[in-house]
Amino acid sequence: MLFNESVMMALKALIANKLRSILTMLGIIIGVGAVIAMVSIGMGVRKNVQDSIASLGSNMLIVQAGAPRVNGVRQAAGSGENLKLDDSDAIKKKIKNIDYVAPSVQKSYQVVNGNQNWNTTVYGITSEYMAIRSLTVNSGSFLTENDITTRARVAVIGATVASNLFGSTNPVGKNIRINNDPYKIIGVLENKGQSAMGQDQDDCVLIPVTTAMERLMALTSIRTINVQVSSAEKIDQVQSEIETLLRQRHRIENPVNDDFQVRNLTSIMETMTSTTTMITMLLGSIAAISLIVGGIGIMNIMMVSVTERTREIGIRKALGATFNNVMMQFLIESIVVSVIGGLIGIVVGCASAMAISKFGGFNTVITLEPILLSFFFSVGIGLFFGIYPARKAAKLDPIEALRYE
Amino acid sequence: MTIDLEGIKKIYQIGTQEVAALNGIDLHIKQGEFAALMGPSGSGKSTLMNILGCLDRPTVGSYKLDGKEVAYLGDDDLAKTRNKKIGFVFQNFNLLSRISALDNVALPLVYAGKSRRERAERAYHFLKAVGLDTRANHQPNELSGGQRQRVAIARALVNDPSIIMADEPTGNLDTKSTTEIMKIFIDLHEQGKTIILVTHEPEIAACASRQLLVRDGVITRDAGRGEKMDVV
Ligand SMILES: Nc1ncnc2c1ncn2[C@@H]1O[C@H](COP(=O)(O)OP(=O)(O)O)[C@@H](O)[C@H]1O
Ligand SMILES: [Mg+2]
Repeated sequence: MLFNESVMMALKALIANKLRSILTMLGIIIGVGAVIAMVSIGMGVRKNVQDSIASLGSNMLIVQAGAPRVNGVRQAAGSGENLKLDDSDAIKKKIKNIDYVAPSVQKSYQVVNGNQNWNTTVYGITSEYMAIRSLTVNSGSFLTENDITTRARVAVIGATVASNLFGSTNPVGKNIRINNDPYKIIGVLENKGQSAMGQDQDDCVLIPVTTAMERLMALTSIRTINVQVSSAEKIDQVQSEIETLLRQRHRIENPVNDDFQVRNLTSIMETMTSTTTMITMLLGSIAAISLIVGGIGIMNIMMVSVTERTREIGIRKALGATFNNVMMQFLIESIVVSVIGGLIGIVVGCASAMAISKFGGFNTVITLEPILLSFFFSVGIGLFFGIYPARKAAKLDPIEALRYE
Repeated sequence: MTIDLEGIKKIYQIGTQEVAALNGIDLHIKQGEFAALMGPSGSGKSTLMNILGCLDRPTVGSYKLDGKEVAYLGDDDLAKTRNKKIGFVFQNFNLLSRISALDNVALPLVYAGKSRRERAERAYHFLKAVGLDTRANHQPNELSGGQRQRVAIARALVNDPSIIMADEPTGNLDTKSTTEIMKIFIDLHEQGKTIILVTHEPEIAACASRQLLVRDGVITRDAGRGEKMDVV
C-alpha cells in the first residue's frame, strides 16, 4: 500500500520538475540506448560473418595448398605448390560421403573487350563449382566437363563484368581477351549482389581450371579444393580421410610437415562467431560505462533533491513517517527515474539501431537479451545510486529538518 | 491520556559549553486539560514541546505517556507514537506546498497505513470540521494564513490523537484569524481533547484551563484558569 503511495509521490515529484527529471534520465537513456545500439551492431557483424560463411555452402571442407600457418607463421617448409589436380581427382574417387569436389585457382587480370577493360578476378574452376556455390546462369550455359578436358578458351562472366564490358548488350557468344588471349563467353551468371561481407559477388570471370592452369596462369598446382560432404556428421571423418590420403600421396610421415591444410567451415564459423561475440560484448560494456555515469547523475540529483526537500522530510517524519517510509519514498523515486529512463532508452536504442542499419550501412540485429539486460541494469543502478541519498534523507532528525530554511 | 514528566533535562553541547535548555521539569497533565505554556523567548518552551510531542528525547528524566515510558524510544517507535497519539500544530504551519489541503490533512493516515478511501473520507471530515471543506483541493499557497493553520489543525486531528500540541499556533496570524483558531481549540477542549499550547499572549493563555510559566528551563508558576500571570 505504501509502495503504491510512494510510486505516486515519486511520479508527482518528477512531473513537478519536468526539465530536471529529463536531464537526470538522460544519462540512463543514453546508456541504455548505447548498449542496445552497440550490441545490435555487434550482432549484425556476427550475422554477416555467419551468413557469408553459410553462403559458401553447408558441410564444406576447404583444402588449401601450403603448410598451415599459426599466427602468420608457416609451420612447415615448402613452396605450397604441391596440391595438384590429381589430388582433387583422388579425393573424388577414393573418399566416400562426398557430394562435390571443386578444385580452383584464382588470379586478378585485366579483362578486355574492344576498348573497354575491367580489372577482375579470374577463377579456374570445374563444373562442380557451380553446384557448390549454388550459381545459376542467367543466359547462355555453364562450363561443361568437356570444356575442362579440352582446356577450352571459354568463360562464364559475372553480371558486373558483363555490364562493364558490354553495357546492355548480351555478351553471350562474344569474345573477351584475358592476358591477350581470346575467350568465348558462353554464359552470364545470375545477379548475386553483394556478399554479406560487402564483396561484389558478380565481379568474376570463370574459366575451366585446366585452361587457367596451363594456358593462362602457367601453374602446375592448384590453390584450393572445395569439398562438400554429404552430411554434417561425416565432416570430421571425411576431413581426416582427406588428410590421410593427401599425406600418403605427398609422402608425408609427420603431420607437422603437412604441405596442405584442410579447414572445416563449421569450425571456422565457430571461431568467427566467438570472436564477434567478444567484440559485441566489448562494445556493450563500453556502452554500459555510460550507464554507470548515468547512475552517478541520478545520485547527484537525488542528493540535491534530499537537501531541497529537507523540510518536507521533517514534516513527514513529524507526522509519523518511519526510517523505512522515507527511505522507500526516495529509493522509489530514483528507481522510477531509472525505469522511465530505461524504457525511453530502449525506444531510443532500438530506433537508432534501425536508423544505423537504414542509413549507416551497417547491418544491425536487435535481440531481447541486451534490452532486458540493460533495462534491469539501469534499474539496479537506480537502486544502487539511490541508496545513499535515500539513507541520508531517512536518517534526518525531524527537529533539525523542520528548522531547515 | 496522561502525561507525567519527572526531572526532565535537555542539555545542548555547544563547543565545550553546556547549555541547559530544560533544567529539571516535573509536570503532570491530566486527560482533558487545556494547558498554556508561557514564558520569555529562549526559556525552553519549544524544547519542552518537542519532547512532549515525541519529536525529541530528553538528556535525562522520565516521560510517561499514558503510563508508558517514551523518553528513550528508538526513532521508529517515536515516529509511531507521534503518528498515533499526538497531533502537532506548528507556528509556521508546516504544510507540504505541492499537494492539496485534503492530501495534507490525510498525510498522517498514509503513515498509519489506512486505505485510500478511509484517508479521503476522514481528511474530508476534519477539513469540514475546521470549515474548509470547500477548499479541499486548494494547495496551501492558495490559502490565507488562518486557513493554512486550520488545515494544519485538521491534520493534527485526523488520526484521532489523545493530545494536541500547538507551538505558538497564532504567532504568524492576524487578530481575526487568531480568534478563529482559538475558537477551534476551545471547542476541541470542550469535546474533551487534551491540549498543550505555547503562547506569548495572556489573552490566549486565559482561554486555557491551566497556565504554566517556563523560565530558564524550569516551570516557575503553575496556575488555574483566569489567574493573571506575569510573563516577563
Ligand atoms: N539545537 C539546539 N542547539 C543548541 N541550543 C539550542 C538548540 N535548540 C534550542 N537551543 C537553546 O535552548 C534554549 C531554549 O530554546 P527554545 O526551547 O527554542 O526556547 P523558546 O521556544 O522558549 O523560545 C535556547 O537558549 C536555545 O538557544
Ligand atoms: Mg519557541
